[in-house]
Amino acid sequence: MTAEVISELMREHINRLAASGKRSDGRVFDEPRSLTVHKNYIKTAEGSARVQLGNTDVLVGVKIDVGEPYADTPNQGVLTTSAELIPMASPNFESGPPSPTAIELARVVDRGIRETKTVNTEKLCITPKEKVWIMFIDIHALDYDGNLFDAASYGALSALSCAIVPASKIGKADYPLPLEHWPISVTSAKIGSSIVVDPNLDEERIADARLTVTTDENGDVRAMQKGLKGSFNLEEVRGAIRTSQRVGRTLREVIQQG
Amino acid sequence: MGDVEHIPKELKLIDESGVRLDGRRYDELRPIRIEAGVLKKADGSAYIEWGNNKVLAAVYGPREAHPRHLQDPAKALVQCRYNMAPFSVTERKRPGPDRRSVEISKVISEAFASVVFVEQFPRTSVDIFIEVLQADAGTRCAGLTAASVALADAGIPMRDLVTSCASGKIGGVVALDLNKDEDNFGEADCPMAIVPRTGEIVLLQMDGHLTVDEFERAMDLSIVATKGIYELQRDALRRRYSAMAEQAMEAPPPPPIPSELPPPPDMPEDELPEVDDL
Repeated sequence: MTAEVISELMREHINRLAASGKRSDGRVFDEPRSLTVHKNYIKTAEGSARVQLGNTDVLVGVKIDVGEPYADTPNQGVLTTSAELIPMASPNFESGPPSPTAIELARVVDRGIRETKTVNTEKLCITPKEKVWIMFIDIHALDYDGNLFDAASYGALSALSCAIVPASKIGKADYPLPLEHWPISVTSAKIGSSIVVDPNLDEERIADARLTVTTDENGDVRAMQKGLKGSFNLEEVRGAIRTSQRVGRTLREVIQQG
Repeated sequence: MGDVEHIPKELKLIDESGVRLDGRRYDELRPIRIEAGVLKKADGSAYIEWGNNKVLAAVYGPREAHPRHLQDPAKALVQCRYNMAPFSVTERKRPGPDRRSVEISKVISEAFASVVFVEQFPRTSVDIFIEVLQADAGTRCAGLTAASVALADAGIPMRDLVTSCASGKIGGVVALDLNKDEDNFGEADCPMAIVPRTGEIVLLQMDGHLTVDEFERAMDLSIVATKGIYELQRDALRRRYSAMAEQAMEAPPPPPIPSELPPPPDMPEDELPEVDDL
């Protein structure tokens, strides 16, 4: 996502719209794009989901395998998250090792899931200190039209919510991944002095700053990440948290029912 | 963030009278010492001790941006590399960038981008190197705070210094500036960086579990603390400049200028340095 060129005309257009309370795709400021969730999209994965947030299209697969626990958490399963921004998804993505953008994306999605204790990792212990279940969350961006942070995090949560622990591999009965919380991240972008939720690609390209706030079902804050070169004042941060709580409630239902 | 349930009962991060394991109150910073101009080669540098954290920051530039395709014809890039020495943590860290340091480098670069007058130095890069020598939680805040002083020491024009601090939650109490044990066994950590003169928040991250009210209190603690840290940064720069002034006074007079200088060698136009002395 480096060295992107956006025409001054588009920049002015979006700025002028924002200044009059409008957005280029007709949404109001705190309105996310429509979210569709297709769970169990990939049969070879233990859990998967293809999610579309507007025209942003992300496929997330969860593979679950036997592995060793970390020394400091001998009786807990392990969660690892990676993201690939494949060249098919955008003219600005290049093949090669993960870019800082992809690493940040994976870590922000991971943080939301981990800090909310979404999966009860103690139920993923096979033999303490020796064997536990390891969850690999792999985020595959297919079509990039802005706000991968939220699309990927909805995809990851959806994929986890339908994942099956393949315990038959070790001679036991398969069981659903023990999911206990539903973290929802909502990203706000600052354009001039306006703040819009779920920025599309044009908005994201000209945004000064970005703030991703992950809340749980109680509305508590579980993770945050500010990005891009601009800044927020404290009042704007408060607003982004309130928006995340409100928008998150609706989107959580979509994912739970999807 | 570890699970609170796993802490041995006797390990209380904060006791009934509000005293933390290292003797601090909930709103107390660890001792901080900043020194500017500690390296010879770098254009600017600073060293910070923040509790048991020891962090060096160096700044090079503005200089030609590499690789060239990253160059911005209208602006300077601000590129930070945050790195931890292998010996800086209890269990040896594998040398080189990992995912965590890539992310931290990215958010610190972004934190400085709106503060440096980047439009004054098109096609160049301002490179910030943060080297964590000894870590005890809060290294990104310490590194950013030192880097800010190093930028000023390098003479990079900025709107203001950037000051950073973290707050979190330990044993159910919102507290300022968590150390390693508190970070490991506490419930939340929320690092931030602010432009003190304007109140703009240029870095904000959070992980763990905070109610909205607790988040507000954590931010309040950090904002108050950054005011004091800002003074320490300014003081380090003042000491640096007064030392430089003294040196200049004591230095022997410059050699007399030869009456007939040789003509300057012809220098092709495009090899002229783009940026003069700052």
